[in-house]
Amino acid sequence: MSQPIAISVNVNGRRYERAVEPRTLLVHFLRDALGLTGTHVGCETSLCGACTVLVDGAVAKSCTLLAVQADGRSVTTIEGVARNGELHPVQEQLWHHHGLQCGYCTSGMVLATIALLEREPRPTDAQIRDGLKGNLCRCTGYAAVVQAVHAAAGAGEGS
Amino acid sequence: MYPAAFDYLRVASVAEALAALEAHPDGQLLAGGHSLLPALKLRLAQPATLIDIGRISELAGVERRDGRLRIGALTSHDRVARCAEVAAGARVLAEACAKVGDPAVRNWGTLGGNLAHADPASDPPAALVAAGAELELTSTAGVRRVAAGAFFSDLFLTQLAAGEIITAVELPVAGARSGSAYLKHPHPASGYAVCGAAALVTVDADGRCSAARLAVGGAGPVPMLADLGALSGARLEAAAVDAVLADFSVDEPLEDPYASGAYRLRLARVLGRRALLLAAQRAAAA
Repeated sequence: MSQPIAISVNVNGRRYERAVEPRTLLVHFLRDALGLTGTHVGCETSLCGACTVLVDGAVAKSCTLLAVQADGRSVTTIEGVARNGELHPVQEQLWHHHGLQCGYCTSGMVLATIALLEREPRPTDAQIRDGLKGNLCRCTGYAAVVQAVHAAAGAGEGS
Repeated sequence: MYPAAFDYLRVASVAEALAALEAHPDGQLLAGGHSLLPALKLRLAQPATLIDIGRISELAGVERRDGRLRIGALTSHDRVARCAEVAAGARVLAEACAKVGDPAVRNWGTLGGNLAHADPASDPPAALVAAGAELELTSTAGVRRVAAGAFFSDLFLTQLAAGEIITAVELPVAGARSGSAYLKHPHPASGYAVCGAAALVTVDADGRCSAARLAVGGAGPVPMLADLGALSGARLEAAAVDAVLADFSVDEPLEDPYASGAYRLRLARVLGRRALLLAAQRAAAA
């Protein structure tokens, strides 16, 4: 085993200092070291987006980053999205529009949508589909997700 | 999936990176990691040491100088795709970078990392070959420049030597009455290019073609340039372009269960024609 590396990562506004083996993936750091299991492990091959988080505000697949690459950066996971027990408008609208069924992809969808609306506050259908291209849903499909994103955008929320 | 164990070094400058490569000859450079990490997880690569160059700030960014664009090797696909200077001066590259992977991949994947990886189904290589770009390769011996068209040797193989780092890509800014375009037929599952066509066209005052280049990715092991000599002085119309591209061929076409070599060649001709016509239309409007 190689030498552990000390890292400091701000996750959902809280600073965590840990020593990690260099090969530790960010998703395993979040789930196993910090206990934040809302970030899911899906395909593990950078395709499905279930592990999507925000790193310094930009959408990232946490199965394709090393924890050491997040050193000194800010990470937002699904646990950091709701405020004071109130769902984020993106969560609210996914719920309202049935934009999920089993929910496995949903945490990634929520983070990817938040990043999308940050850039495109009133996205077109095509922009939504392109923005969520890296997030696969294998049960609900995408029509309801697209509706939910439009509704969340209409709620005037991008963050 | 866990990568095999490795030691990790983070460097803050090109000089540090070169020193680290010298100290760890079997070390592997880590930029954005979006080609490397999947390979590490599948254990297709098991380097003893990863040298993380991802935070060398001098290597990220786009500059326009003396009619040329200089793009730092660590500039992300997203940044290239959204850069106004690139959109204005090398639209073919902006369009190719915008079609890489998905938003997360474009945020982390870097232009230099993409070129070093040399995936035949990737988008930026064909765009850079069409645009007549040069790669700047830096080692302790100094800097050398290699044309994008000569950089790719074979599937996942390049002219990058041991101890060398891609530090930048430079390309000429498109002049007056020039236009360019990148079109792609993506694999429906992976999103990689089954075929991608990168075209650059300049027309004269009468709207006739004075220069045209077409590079095709995905069809062969490296981006292939089409011979468009016969289009010189012609009006770029579908029939004329088709006649020229009928001779376009690839020595060793890629084949897999999804797309035969013949199908990829067919795509190359169709996408090549569309890309050339779109570039010509843009040239006429420029």
